Amino acid sequence: MTRPGQRWTTFAIWILLSLLTLLPIWWMFLVSVKQRADLFGKPSFLLDVSSMTWDNYASVITNPSFQKYMLNSLIVSTANAALVCALGLLAAYAMSRYRMKGKDNIFFWVLTNRMAPPAAFLLPLYLLYTGVFQAGEWSLFDTRIGLILLYCVLNLPFAFWLLQGIIDGIPAELDEAAYVDGASTWQVLRTIIIPLAGPGIAVTGILTWVFAWNEYLFASTLTSVNARTITTGLAEFVTVTGTNWGQMAAVAMLTLLPAALVLALVQKHIVAGLTFGAVKG
Amino acid sequence: MRSSTTGWLLLAPTIAVLVLTGVLPFLYVLAISFFDWNLFAVNPEPRWAAANNFRRLVHDAEFLKSIWLTLLFTLWVVASQVILGFALARLMMRDFPFKKVFRAVHTLPLMIAPIAVGATWRLMTVPGLGPIPYYLKDWFGIDYRLSMFPDQAFASVVVMDIWHWTPFVTLTILAGLSNLPQEPVEQARIDGAQEWQIFRDIVLPAMKPVLLTTIFIRIMDALRVVDEVWMLTQGGPGAETRFIGLHIWKIVFPKTDYGYGSAMSLLTLYMTIVICWLLYAAMTARKDRAS
Repeated sequence: MTRPGQRWTTFAIWILLSLLTLLPIWWMFLVSVKQRADLFGKPSFLLDVSSMTWDNYASVITNPSFQKYMLNSLIVSTANAALVCALGLLAAYAMSRYRMKGKDNIFFWVLTNRMAPPAAFLLPLYLLYTGVFQAGEWSLFDTRIGLILLYCVLNLPFAFWLLQGIIDGIPAELDEAAYVDGASTWQVLRTIIIPLAGPGIAVTGILTWVFAWNEYLFASTLTSVNARTITTGLAEFVTVTGTNWGQMAAVAMLTLLPAALVLALVQKHIVAGLTFGAVKG
Repeated sequence: MRSSTTGWLLLAPTIAVLVLTGVLPFLYVLAISFFDWNLFAVNPEPRWAAANNFRRLVHDAEFLKSIWLTLLFTLWVVASQVILGFALARLMMRDFPFKKVFRAVHTLPLMIAPIAVGATWRLMTVPGLGPIPYYLKDWFGIDYRLSMFPDQAFASVVVMDIWHWTPFVTLTILAGLSNLPQEPVEQARIDGAQEWQIFRDIVLPAMKPVLLTTIFIRIMDALRVVDEVWMLTQGGPGAETRFIGLHIWKIVFPKTDYGYGSAMSLLTLYMTIVICWLLYAAMTARKDRAS
């Protein structure tokens, strides 16, 4: 359909657009490998290999508080992704295979949790975490468990939705046959649903992992010292006086790295994911 | 279909977690909003205040301004993104070399943490370091300082959001376009219709559901933007880019005026729901008229 001349014009336009997309990220990378003395002056988008340095990355990675942030982010995202996949799978299976009164209402309610503006929930969550959800000296505030639980509001509706679509695609006859053979619900889940939904669960896990990794607002409000994540670490560079731009760029690069890495794995599912399946990719 | 008791058991953990992290905070904020409760006040104990907090909100100029800015921002970014995204999706529909690579590059901003998007654009715009102020000065003689000029700060935030979220619109519209039946378009071409006529009378009506869903999701996301704006401008200069989320988080929250903050949070939530509902009503009304 496309005319040959149009083919190359389109190609040229997309090169230009890709440059626009990549330019800010490329600039950040340049800043992260520059020496302090080279930061200012005429900006150039070319990489000067002779004066390039990995010092910013080295000092960030060897910084103990940054190591802690990184570890917290890894633990929180991984645990949250695992949790929402497990809970989401059970709930999605129930939604897909059981006849229950009012399940459409439940379904709608679960999804509304995702739509709410997070800022509106900062205050009550802060008060609940510091004053209500506590046992003696211990409270949910500034704990990784607190964040892991909280990110369920964002990720569980999402996992639930995605997994339901996937389980709907598995023929119900398969589990019926297993039930006839005397299998329990748990056995059906383990031997039929989980293996067949495997790739879908993986995509769900990866996307929820990235969402949890990327979250900032709640992490900054509901943690203070012990459970801070990498996104809050990055934001701290801006608020302190005398910003160290090189190190900030290095942290930002490390923050966006996982997203860039998983992009290839989940690219096909991003559209369905971000629109809650309303638009099929 | 199997017994519903097992079904409810399977659903129970999800419901429990969402009640704990979603319903409970909502009920809590609802309750506090009717109290006068400020930790730093003379009397730090919560006292019943009826609708006083809500009455105060109506006269809070800062709050009203941040709502106005948020709506303005939403209008700008969603309109630009839909127009731009539609154009890019049509470009993506064409046949050209390395299509998959370009698509992947275009998708990249969607996966990046908003806070890192903010950091990226901050590095582009810092005076003395960033290329944007330098080249604007060098080529056009424009004095670009985010911390001084409100219009520039607002425009920069809009541009950043367009960079960040246009790919989302492109991808959803691309998905819609790919699923469009080709026969009506071919038929119209044979009948000698102009390209713009085909677009207006065939493509656009068929794309309406996808377009509306996309617009809907983008509006919801634009209304709650916080992270990247905080990184880029800190809501400044003054309060010129202090959108509602930022206002609650940075101004109201640290003041420990819990009752008032709760009322504001609720009103923000309510506003979001109303906009949501208006959009939904507009969508269904159109459908009724068309049929």
